[in-house]
Amino acid sequence: MSDVPIPHILFVSTALFFIGMFGLFTRRNMITMLMAIELILNSVNINFVVFNKYLYPNKLDGIFFTIFIITIAAAEAAVAIAIIINLYHSHHSIDVEDATEMKY
Amino acid sequence: MSASAIIFYIIAAFILGCGIISMTTRKIFRSAIWLLFSLIGVAALYFWLKVEFIGAVQTVIYVGGIVVLIIFSIFLTQQSGKEMPKAPLVRTIASVLTVILGFALTYAAIYFYDFKPVSQNFNWSVNGIGTQMLSTTKGGYALPFEVVSMLLLAAMVGCIVIAMKKAPADTNGKPKQDEIEKLKEEIKKPDTEITVNEISEL
Repeated sequence: MSDVPIPHILFVSTALFFIGMFGLFTRRNMITMLMAIELILNSVNINFVVFNKYLYPNKLDGIFFTIFIITIAAAEAAVAIAIIINLYHSHHSIDVEDATEMKY
Repeated sequence: MSASAIIFYIIAAFILGCGIISMTTRKIFRSAIWLLFSLIGVAALYFWLKVEFIGAVQTVIYVGGIVVLIIFSIFLTQQSGKEMPKAPLVRTIASVLTVILGFALTYAAIYFYDFKPVSQNFNWSVNGIGTQMLSTTKGGYALPFEVVSMLLLAAMVGCIVIAMKKAPADTNGKPKQDEIEKLKEEIKKPDTEITVNEISEL
């Protein structure tokens, strides 16, 4: 058992989450927005592992949630990049402001 | 302060520093590389937490898979040396304010919550994870496992369908036009008229 209190570890995950939010707000390029989403998912994973380790050490559910989130993040990244490349073929741009045909 | 705590604070500063640079740099390729370092830092945090399995999975899937995929798509779609346009000042200020306010609220809630850590050691093993993941009894994760495998299959098929070039139209387009021209030439040939005349005579 280390002498780092739990809120200090949760500080990292919270800060990482809001760094990702900042990227999602300011960036308008689809690939960088995807990177921001990856940061957000990572912060959630840290939370799951920390809660599992320190609060419920005789269970494994946080580990399972982390594994499933990593799996779904991989699937999501693959689908998103397929969509982005397809969009680049038709629009020659991956800026979200340029892809407005399906807006209304 | 023990060595373990010092290592934790170094890892934390590394993760957050790389994350911030990744989200603020204006060159997209550098952004991807800083994201790579940030994800390696998260994997190091898992190793520090003594959950080596998740650290290994993080390294293999995120660092080895997703970041490489992102870099590939950057090379396919962008001039990686070009700087991205700056966000408007109003949007930057608004998002900084939103993020700081949200972070303050969330961290205040976390800081004043009274966590009661159990002094028991966290015992996990890859064997235990595998057994519980495929178990169908109470607390087993067999159903989510099957659902997530269906999701992966659907994502794979979906990727192929989305990213597939309009192959039938593109590749068959030229032969079809050639065939049409051949047909036109055949129609223009007097032979066909002759045959038509012959048929009409018959």
